Amino acid sequence: MTTSLFVGVFAGAILSGTSLLYATLGETIVERGGIVNLGLEGVLLVGASVGFAVTVATKSAWLGVAAAAIGGGLTNLLFGWLVIVRKANQLASGLAIMFFGVGASALIGGPYVGAVIAGLPKWRPSFLAALSWVKPTTLFNYDILVWCVVPIAVLVWWILFQTRWGLALRAAGESPTAVFASGRNPAVFQLQGLLVGGVLGGLGGAHLSLSLTLTWAEGMTAGRGFIAIALVIFSKWHPIRAIAGALIFGGAEALQLQLQARGAEISPFLLDMIPYVLTLLVLLAWGGAGRLAAPASLGRTFYGSE
Amino acid sequence: MSPLLEAHEITKRYGSVQANDAVTLSLNGGEVHALLGENGAGKSTLSKVLYGFIRPDSGRVLVDGKVADLRSPHEARVMGIGMVFQNFMLIPALSVTENIGLFLTNLPYVVRRDAVEGRIRLHAERLGLRVDLRAPVRQLSVGDQQKVEILKLLLADARVLILDEPTKVLAPHEVEELFEVFEALKAEGYAILFITHKLREVIACADRITVMRQGRVTGELPGVLADAETLVNMMFGDKHPSARAEVERPAPHGPAGKPVLELHAAGTRATGSETALRDIDLKIMEQEIVGVAGVSGSGQKELGDLILGLRPLATGRRFFLDADASGWSVRRTRESGVAFIPEDCLAMAAVPGLSVRENLVLGSGRRYHRGVAIDWSALEHRMADSFRALGFPVPRLDSPIGGLSGGNLQRAVIAREMAHGPRLVVALYATRGLDVRSAASVRDLLKKTRDAGAGVLLISEDLEELAEMSDRLLVMFGGALVGEFRRNAWRAEEVGHLMTGSRRSVHVG
Amino acid sequence: MSAERSIQGCRSFPVLRLSARYAGVAAIVLVVFAGVLLLAGKDPIKAYADTFRYSLANFYGFSELLVRMTPLILTAVAVAIPSRLGLINVGGEGQLFMGAWAATAAALLLPWLPVWILLPVVTVLGFAGGAFWAAIPGILRARKLVNETIATLLLNYVAPLIVSYFIFGPWRSAESSAYPQSPAFPEAARLPSLFNTRINFGLFIALTVLLAYWFLMEKTRWGVDMRSIGGNAEAAQRLGIPVATYVVVALAIGGGIAGLAGMEEVSGIHHHLTQGLSPGYGFTGFLIAWLAGGRPLGMLLMTFLFAVLISAGDILQISQGLPYSVVNILLAMILFVVLNRNFGGRWSK
Repeated sequence: MTTSLFVGVFAGAILSGTSLLYATLGETIVERGGIVNLGLEGVLLVGASVGFAVTVATKSAWLGVAAAAIGGGLTNLLFGWLVIVRKANQLASGLAIMFFGVGASALIGGPYVGAVIAGLPKWRPSFLAALSWVKPTTLFNYDILVWCVVPIAVLVWWILFQTRWGLALRAAGESPTAVFASGRNPAVFQLQGLLVGGVLGGLGGAHLSLSLTLTWAEGMTAGRGFIAIALVIFSKWHPIRAIAGALIFGGAEALQLQLQARGAEISPFLLDMIPYVLTLLVLLAWGGAGRLAAPASLGRTFYGSE
Repeated sequence: MSPLLEAHEITKRYGSVQANDAVTLSLNGGEVHALLGENGAGKSTLSKVLYGFIRPDSGRVLVDGKVADLRSPHEARVMGIGMVFQNFMLIPALSVTENIGLFLTNLPYVVRRDAVEGRIRLHAERLGLRVDLRAPVRQLSVGDQQKVEILKLLLADARVLILDEPTKVLAPHEVEELFEVFEALKAEGYAILFITHKLREVIACADRITVMRQGRVTGELPGVLADAETLVNMMFGDKHPSARAEVERPAPHGPAGKPVLELHAAGTRATGSETALRDIDLKIMEQEIVGVAGVSGSGQKELGDLILGLRPLATGRRFFLDADASGWSVRRTRESGVAFIPEDCLAMAAVPGLSVRENLVLGSGRRYHRGVAIDWSALEHRMADSFRALGFPVPRLDSPIGGLSGGNLQRAVIAREMAHGPRLVVALYATRGLDVRSAASVRDLLKKTRDAGAGVLLISEDLEELAEMSDRLLVMFGGALVGEFRRNAWRAEEVGHLMTGSRRSVHVG
Repeated sequence: MSAERSIQGCRSFPVLRLSARYAGVAAIVLVVFAGVLLLAGKDPIKAYADTFRYSLANFYGFSELLVRMTPLILTAVAVAIPSRLGLINVGGEGQLFMGAWAATAAALLLPWLPVWILLPVVTVLGFAGGAFWAAIPGILRARKLVNETIATLLLNYVAPLIVSYFIFGPWRSAESSAYPQSPAFPEAARLPSLFNTRINFGLFIALTVLLAYWFLMEKTRWGVDMRSIGGNAEAAQRLGIPVATYVVVALAIGGGIAGLAGMEEVSGIHHHLTQGLSPGYGFTGFLIAWLAGGRPLGMLLMTFLFAVLISAGDILQISQGLPYSVVNILLAMILFVVLNRNFGGRWSK
């Protein structure tokens, strides 16, 4: 009984954690550039609703994924326009994007509530075919977004730390003045980072509606965006550590689902609290140390040279 | 061979101030050219013109004999002109390699760390600029950070290096190292413009010297012909300020009475880039000025914060006027008579957005609290008296504090701090960045406060100032006290070595 | 500049310029809303006419406006007080729910008490519930462990779950099964209402709180201390202000006021603890406080404006078939326009 619980949690953790990881990776890139997007929740919702709507309309989950990515990217660019071009306050703008995401996603997804889709196809690599007898059948039987997420995390790491663009972006997040002095415009890199981050966020949302739940409901992300923001801090703005974080939090969600499925006597509401409380506890434990690892110019508005 | 860089009749005016007036200067390869002058002489304006930060009203800049219209620092860099500022343009969290890499003009898209490090090492070996390349910049000493700045310029193919007050933050033997680097650079044909106000350094290392005063060039001469007398004349004309280095040091001032502040085996914890204090035994008596010397990061700020009550004691005890103050809050410490004068009043001692009046009451503890409200008239009375006693004009109390000029702001802070007769004044780099006259008046105030019976802790980076002011001099390094001297019983070299940890601790007298 | 002014207080601010600025914001809001309606294929003129007819020109409609304003004033002050210290409280939703929960606990556990004891107890507990919920992030922030923005946001999701747990569990009402809720509040625990409207004593509480907020910030010594923390926390600490204490207290008081909003909703309007207590009052309160720069008079005006909008949302849902989410888009659009003009930015970071 406990082994199947463990396997169930593990399989579920990967499933649940995928959308979290995409969102976290996207926000990591954005924050490495010095920008905080509190509206990540809105970006995820846009991705989920757009992905679902396009999938139902075109009967193609692939088109849905692509549309979700574009939707997420555009939403982040809207945010970027506010905070970088118009130099608006990042926190208030983030909340504005959150409202926007909640409202726009409801409008976009509204007509499609209750629609049934096949979702993204899943497969299992042949060398693991022997696992098909293991319950749950989801173990290592995943869709492409899941298979790609860890390679993408590595790719994000590589881009941030091994390329010229990543160096400039990180420098923009530490000291826009220095970037400016080196002959570059930090705003360009921040906007590019926002675009990439938005695409990843859109993919995270898509995974929720196109694979995990195969439905659309208003507000279905239920705070995953904020958990992702906490995960960025938890992983100290490092894409590889984010994998571990997403697994842990995905595991918390999976645990609650498994316990409910087994008819545990615990109220579903108490179980629902686990991810948020866990996030708080983790942030608490990380304490002051986490703040020191943050990009030095995170959240500040850069008003141009001298 | 034409000079690498020339300024020709550069003129620049800011409102009513003539910052530069027909300034002409030329820099040849393979020489150190010193630009000497007091604060406000126009040196930084000229350097900004040469680096493309600002455009002159008239005059020209020539590079390799050809007129160059420098519209931005970027263009200056392209022409081979590089500048090392007083505030380093380094990113503390990134490694040395990454910092230099950011400024390379031809960094490939995929950054190969080894390749970049190889390029850096080529220059570093030849020129005596050895630094740990993998370390994050925030872990480097100030001297090493300066080396990184120079490397940045060299790798960006600069041929002219402008250094703005580079020795300000260096200990004496680090200055020696810098001069050795200058020699190596000269041998390779680089031109160095060395901006400073320190005579002795100029005499020690410059091949040619240009002296400026009030926006004009008042003299130009080869280094071999320079001596202190000539240079001082060029810098100040007929009016010498109380030349601090030349005046006879006053006789040692014996402290009278009781200790105002005592620290016994005091230690503090540190997080991040702070410095932990270790086993500090310190006594400040009434009627004495205790100076504290040290390179930045040795724990002076932490010491000041500890005395103020801002930082809790991890070990040891703190006594204020014979009472055990180890657990006192900042509020209680201040109410008992500890005043604090920082360098950056706007950042550390004033609240922007509030009025002058509100700022004055904030620093006065609970003295003017009456139930729910504040007794404004009592406050205003007391503060007006304080301003008048100090000879400062009383500012408009209802105006926002942001409207005060830097000097007026510091005067307001001082008036507030002195208003309730402090027993101990902690001055943290209080004269940094001030012009000569203001700095002198702050020093006079501190002396008067001492004479009136208070104790003064003077934390400063200016050894000459410390020589003039300190009845006793303490030296800090790495969070500990490594030296203690009576007045007139020490020399700069000795203290410099203690400041950089290259000698063991000394206690004299 | 506007940051300075708002910290400085209302003292030296010319009333005329202030009203012109708020009129400007109101105009923007109305134009944007009209645009959103057009995009959704509805007739804005008719929409505004309907709104006017049903909420402004109509006594009952107007009373509904005041009903809407009550919790909004409270959640706005809940944001405004911490904001003067530079703290960002986006946990109004959660604090509201916890206030409602605590008020319900008092009402259900002590039904035998007479009204002149029970009602104050319910009120105090409502405050306490919200205060406790905000004190947690306050302590975390004071010890520099967790940023209060994130902490209050996360707790927003936990509070409704706690309420749901009780509604479906220990406090499940045996009566109605249409939607889950707690048993009805005893009469003694209900806030008295005005005439035949839904306006209740909570409106009086809200206006008193608003006045007290103004008084606290402008006229007391604590106000000077708190504004100094918002202006320059490091300098304030060096000057002896106990910053950590004020951080916790300010957030706790703010949370308590949001808790009062929760109490007001359960005790004065719904008379049950239910799941759908707040259609975003907490976030709307944040917007109001932010748009008004923390100034009490501005907050009152903005609250009125938003109450009109929310009422319009209700009316339009009935008369024009618009989904409620349009209101969210509207709020976002308003913010976009206002942020675009760099207006009201109080937090310079």
